[in-house]
Amino acid sequence: MCGIVGLHLRDPDLEPRLGALLTTMLGEMTDRGSDSAGVAVYGNADWTPPGSATVTVLADGVDAPILAARVASHLAAEVNGRELGATVLLTARTDADALATAVRTAAPEVVLVGMGTELAVLKGVGLPMELAAGFGLPAASGWQGVGHTRMATESAVTPAGSHPFSVGPDQCIVHNGSFSNHASVRRAMARRGVHCDTLNDTEVAARFVAEQIASGAGIDEALEEMAGVLDGFYTLLVSTAEEFAVVRDPIACKPAVIAETDQYVAMASEYRAMAHLPGIADAHIYEPEPGRVYHWHR
Amino acid sequence: MTVTPEEALAPEASAPAQYASSADWREIDVRVAGLRETNRILHDSDGTGRFRLTDPRGAHALAVGLAQPDEVVIDGPTGYYTAGMNDGAHVTVNGNVGVGVAENMMSGTVRVGGSASQSAGATAHGGLLVISGDAGARCGISMKGVDIVVGGSIGHMSCFMGQAGRLVVLGDAGDALGDSLYEVHIYVRGSVASLGADCVEKEMRSEHHAELAELLDQAGVTDVVTDEFRRYGSARTLYTFDVDNASAY
Repeated sequence: MCGIVGLHLRDPDLEPRLGALLTTMLGEMTDRGSDSAGVAVYGNADWTPPGSATVTVLADGVDAPILAARVASHLAAEVNGRELGATVLLTARTDADALATAVRTAAPEVVLVGMGTELAVLKGVGLPMELAAGFGLPAASGWQGVGHTRMATESAVTPAGSHPFSVGPDQCIVHNGSFSNHASVRRAMARRGVHCDTLNDTEVAARFVAEQIASGAGIDEALEEMAGVLDGFYTLLVSTAEEFAVVRDPIACKPAVIAETDQYVAMASEYRAMAHLPGIADAHIYEPEPGRVYHWHR
Repeated sequence: MTVTPEEALAPEASAPAQYASSADWREIDVRVAGLRETNRILHDSDGTGRFRLTDPRGAHALAVGLAQPDEVVIDGPTGYYTAGMNDGAHVTVNGNVGVGVAENMMSGTVRVGGSASQSAGATAHGGLLVISGDAGARCGISMKGVDIVVGGSIGHMSCFMGQAGRLVVLGDAGDALGDSLYEVHIYVRGSVASLGADCVEKEMRSEHHAELAELLDQAGVTDVVTDEFRRYGSARTLYTFDVDNASAY
C-alpha cells in the first residue's frame, strides 16, 4: 500500500494553515502505511529561512549544534543546526550546493535527504501522527507540502528508506506502489556515476528524474522518460520549487484523487485524506488518467 | 445528442424525494456513530427501515452486507466498497464513491449521485447500480449478472471478463472495453477508445432496443433514445475450448 498526500496552495491566506491541513491529510492515510512517514514543506520561513540554503540529514545520535559546527568549519558561513525528530536541518547563508558539499566533507557518515532553498524534508520511522507532532508540522506554514505514509515492500524500515525522496535541489518524490526493475536500473545508473544511498526502489526513480531534470528536461518529459525505463506500479507525486506533478502508471494500478479549488490543488491516495480541506464540497474532484502527467506551476 | 449525461441523470432524480421531510427517516451521523456502529444499526434493521447517513467523509465499507430491503441515503462522499455485497437494500449516495462500489452485489439497487472510482460493480451477481457521473477503470469487471447504468463515461478495461448482466454507458468508454468478454450486453452511447480481445460491435435488434429502454427507465434516465447507442458483445472465440488453441494453455 502506502499513502501519499500533497497540497499546493494558490491562496496565500492558507499558508499559515499548510502544516495543520497536511497533518490531517497524513493522519488519514495511516491505514495505508503505518511503519514510517515523512513530509516535505516548501516555503517555511522558520525551517528554510529566505536567503539561506537548507540541507536535511539523517543523523541518528548526532548532536545538531556539534554537527553544524563541523559543517561550518568547511564553509565560510555560519551554520545553524536543529533537530526535528530523526532529522537535522542545517541552514547557512550560502548556496545549496556549497552547503551540501560541506556536509558531505565534514560528516560523510550522515545521510543527506534533502537540499534546496525552499524545501525542508522531515522523515522517520513510526506512526505518521507521532512523527508529525515531533516535527512540529501542525504549526508549520508554507506554500506547498507533500507527505507519505509507508508500508514497506522493497527495502528495510529505516528513516533513510522513508519517503519523501529528495535528491535534487528543491525536488521531492513520494510514491505509492513498487518498481520491479529498480535493481537493474540502479546498476545502470551507477555505471554512469549516479549512486543511491539506499536499496529503496523510489530512490532510484527520484535519482532518475533528478538526472533528467539536471540535463534540462521539464517535469513532464522527465516523468515520461522514467515511465519508459522503470517498470512497476506507481502513483507518483513530484514537486519542485516551481511545480507540483502527479502521474500514475499506464494501467492505473494505484489510486489517486485530485481536488482543485481557487485556493489549492490537493492530491491524495484516497478522498478521505482531503475531506477536511476548506471548500472541498465545491472542489473539482477527479481521478488522474493512467500514464498522463498532470502538473501545476506556482 | 440533445441531453448531456449530467442532465439525463441528475442526482436529484435518483434520490428518494421524500426523505428530507419525512419523520420516519432515522439520521445517523457517521462521524459520531463510527463505522461499525453505523453498519450494525443497518444490519439490525428488519427491511422496513429508512436511514439517512450524514458526514461520511470518504469512509470505507459503509452500508456493506445489507441483506434486507431497507432504504439508505448517504449524504456526502464515501470511500471503498460502499454498499458492497448488497443483497436487497436500496442505497443512494449523494456524492462520489471510492473503489469497488456495490462490489459483489446480489440484489437491490445502489445509486450514486456523483462519480465512482475504479472497479464499480465488480463481480456483482444482481441488482441495479446507477452512477450519475463517471466511473473509473474496470467498471463492471467480472460482472456476473448485475445491471450497471453510467451517466458519464467509464475508464479502461471495463467489463473485463464480464460474464452476465448489462452495462449501459451514456458517455464514452476507455481502452480495452469488454476484454475476454463472456455474455454481458454492453451499450455505449458515446465513443469507445478501443475494444478488448474478443469484444465486437453487434447489431441493435428490436429486442436490444427494448432491453435498453427498460434499463434506461429503471435508472431514471430521461430524454435519451435507444437509437443513440451501439451494442457490443462477445465474439465467443475465446471462452470455449478450441483444440487449435491447445498449445496456448
